Amino acid sequence: MGDFMKDYIKKHRVDIIIFILFLAFIVISNVLNFNEGKKIINNFKDSFIEMISLIPFMFILIGLFDVWVPKEKIEKHIGKSSGFLGILWVILLAMLQVGPLYGAFPVCYILWKKGSSIKNIFIYLGAFSTMKIPMLAFEIGFLGLKFTILRTIITLPIFIIIGYLMESIFDNKDFEVKSLK
Amino acid sequence: MLSIFILSVFTIICLILSFIFDKKKTIEGLKKGAKMFLNLLPAFLTILILVSIVLFLIPKEVLIKWLGKESGFLGMIIAALVGSISLIPGFIAYPLGKILVNSGVTYSVIAIFITTLMMVGIITLPIEKKFFGLKSALIRNAFSFIGAIIVGVLIGLLWGIL
Repeated sequence: MGDFMKDYIKKHRVDIIIFILFLAFIVISNVLNFNEGKKIINNFKDSFIEMISLIPFMFILIGLFDVWVPKEKIEKHIGKSSGFLGILWVILLAMLQVGPLYGAFPVCYILWKKGSSIKNIFIYLGAFSTMKIPMLAFEIGFLGLKFTILRTIITLPIFIIIGYLMESIFDNKDFEVKSLK
Repeated sequence: MLSIFILSVFTIICLILSFIFDKKKTIEGLKKGAKMFLNLLPAFLTILILVSIVLFLIPKEVLIKWLGKESGFLGMIIAALVGSISLIPGFIAYPLGKILVNSGVTYSVIAIFITTLMMVGIITLPIEKKFFGLKSALIRNAFSFIGAIIVGVLIGLLWGIL
């Protein structure tokens, strides 16, 4: 536990310093009865209470999601299937991931090696960036079901079109996905 | 309040089911979730603090003028540019979006901000270039930028109807 705390503080030291300064700001504003400061603190308090009541549940769900979803099984289908089914598997695989966009690039390399088309590589990137299930859970929680459904339904055809456009611009001679090594 | 209630009930049901099927897996999942949460918390608090200060400094009327209902296409372009150059994790972007909506920013502007944030990466372009080559990285980002604006325009058009 001691090592964990040390690493944790080291890794997030800038954020932790900012938070400590803000705590000092709260104390000083209250002692001096500094009204402008109190407005900022109220802004913070309102957002904080709203966020912190949703977020722990979401991370429990994301953790459970991560251990239960059989990503490897779906990966097996990719590369072999083409056409509509191929697109479906790629989107499904992307939806099950967690993490930032640059984390998707190495997966694209694996898909490319497995024989995925250019189109499906970019559809994977599109679905990865906009339709990851853990992120959709966050989106529903904070921006509502209507927003999430509407945004997803509109975004889906757009990144599929981007996939087709990329495939029409590049062919297998002038396109490849490299690994970082 | 309702969403918190639904979410908590749903989470508890998932937890109980998961626990019945596989105790070990459940604990592993909870540990993973807790770890992600702890690693995110400091950055999350910093963003909340910064946003609280920014919302204090920028009067609500100004924010609404630039990113609200009357901002039109200019508001969308501002959101797209900010989203393209920012590197904010989704876990933070959605709560941030909620705060902005509370302050009068429209859903269509939020949709553009979030879509560019997720699909367009100016800062990560050097990494993307290494995997896909410069030309294809540039074209993908350009298409995604245009796509994000289409998403925002359509949400703006459909929001009032639905």
